[in-house]
Amino acid sequence: MTELEAGRAQGLAPVRGGSVLQRYRDVLIALVAFAVLASVPLLTGSKALLDFVIRCSAYGLFATSLNLLVGYTGLTSFGHGMFFGLGAYSFGLIMQKLGVPIPVAFVATLAITALVAAAIGAICVRLKEIYFAFVTLAFQMLIHSTILSWASFTGGDQGLRGGIPRPVFLGIDLANHVHLYIASCALLILGLLGMRQIAQSPFGYTLRMIRDNAARASFLGIDVWRAKLTVFVLAALFAAMGGMVMALFVSGAYPEFAYWTISGEGIFINMLGGVSTFLGPMVGTVLLLLLNDTVTRFTEYHGIVLGVVILFFALGLRKGLLDFVAEWFSQRRDAGEGR
Amino acid sequence: MLEIRNLAKSFGGVKATNDVSLDFPDGSLTAVIGPNGAGKSTFFNLITGALKPDTGQVLLDGVDLAGCSPPEIVRHGIGRAFQVASIFKSLTVQETMLAAVSADQRSSAVLHKRFPLPETRDRAGHVMELLGLAGKRHRTAATLSHGDQKLLDIALALVLEPKVLLLDEPTAGMGPEERWRMIDKVRELWETQKITVVFIEHDMDIVFKIAPKIVVLCYGRILATGTPDEIRNNSAVIEAYLGTEHAGATA
Repeated sequence: MTELEAGRAQGLAPVRGGSVLQRYRDVLIALVAFAVLASVPLLTGSKALLDFVIRCSAYGLFATSLNLLVGYTGLTSFGHGMFFGLGAYSFGLIMQKLGVPIPVAFVATLAITALVAAAIGAICVRLKEIYFAFVTLAFQMLIHSTILSWASFTGGDQGLRGGIPRPVFLGIDLANHVHLYIASCALLILGLLGMRQIAQSPFGYTLRMIRDNAARASFLGIDVWRAKLTVFVLAALFAAMGGMVMALFVSGAYPEFAYWTISGEGIFINMLGGVSTFLGPMVGTVLLLLLNDTVTRFTEYHGIVLGVVILFFALGLRKGLLDFVAEWFSQRRDAGEGR
Repeated sequence: MLEIRNLAKSFGGVKATNDVSLDFPDGSLTAVIGPNGAGKSTFFNLITGALKPDTGQVLLDGVDLAGCSPPEIVRHGIGRAFQVASIFKSLTVQETMLAAVSADQRSSAVLHKRFPLPETRDRAGHVMELLGLAGKRHRTAATLSHGDQKLLDIALALVLEPKVLLLDEPTAGMGPEERWRMIDKVRELWETQKITVVFIEHDMDIVFKIAPKIVVLCYGRILATGTPDEIRNNSAVIEAYLGTEHAGATA
């Protein structure tokens, strides 16, 4: 061991920079992206475009958080949508029943989600692969049924009606369409930055190790169960953020938000966009929503069209769009170096 | 000092490890040999916590680790490498090392900083140098040759700075030349790092050449322990093992 310790003394100097620079780069990209998104209302009066971006924010947060589980940790959850629904309902109910300021309801919703996710996760993350998928799905159905049957509290299959009050705070009026749009974009960018930080932190690499080889990770002294539970709860928080954006957008919450199809859409989005790049799910979100909106305009059989597209990605490309592009670029670069 | 006391493990009626007691003094190099199914890997799995022993003790510097979980045992200083290289296929060599050091420094759950942490660099770099992987630091683990994957596996164990290093067939699946390179590496690590090394090996030439002490397991029991010469001349060993399959090695 003496030799190892001796070796440690050398070469302390040169290495600090890279990872810090990377973080600044991410923040810079985020700021530019936010500036671009925030300037859209100045350039166009199209309400439909703003609506589209708000929906992208909600689904993008949800899908990217699912990718923390699927892509980074190898936990394929089929019930992640429960936290989207939970976020929407908690937020809506708190605003309707308690009338607190929006930021308070926001934080309270995150706290509730964390508790619920910790309880559900503690049971689920012990299971592997298909069992994990099924049990998360079961919990999702449990939450969905609870929403349906507890009609006095949740409104049952009618959803939370009567609108969610959106009192002005800090000069932000979320009843105003442009304010809501800017707030959604801000939440999206902040959420993505937060998840990017998780993915690029030492913890993010712990997740990758667990995905690749959980047994080996435990022989490095990593408590695999704890790491899985942690990421399960973190991902739930960002999914709940997405749910809250959705609740604000539709000014309500509906049982469909907690139905298994939401989880299914999350998986679709990840397959479309790709799971091995951070922004893959974001690309997938835009693709799916675009497809959804255009196809439903032309045919009532949009399910068939979406299915064919998914099949093309799954069987044809065998990966999501951004994964495909990233691979193409790296192959081109390697070929360029070879010359 | 690693002391094994009356370690036993049964699977149904099969006694995979049967009342094994052994001492591995600090800084010793020991080879564990035995025919297929002798319980060599089970023995390692019991020490490292992959399996829980039915009875017995695993004492490292007097602390009983029997029945502890793998992470706990690793933290006490028993590292291991695997028969089939157990690595992280999508990480690069360097990332693998850095992440392992993070785990050892208990910063594997750190969220607010960027990977890699500056304090993990030198240790990771040093072990990559030590195992000759420094030139391949940016290669993805899955693209490494079989031999390099085995080295990476050992590097993963070594970078945790263990007191005891258990190597389950470091030369498994290698050609003759590669075997010798690997075993020279193991010997070199043992000599320079001053750690206790226990390794499982099938190749008798290798075992008799480099191991000062040999343990022979057969049907879960210790058949013999001793120096290469003692083992070579032990009639029970010759009968159970060398006499049949490896007659040539005794010559």
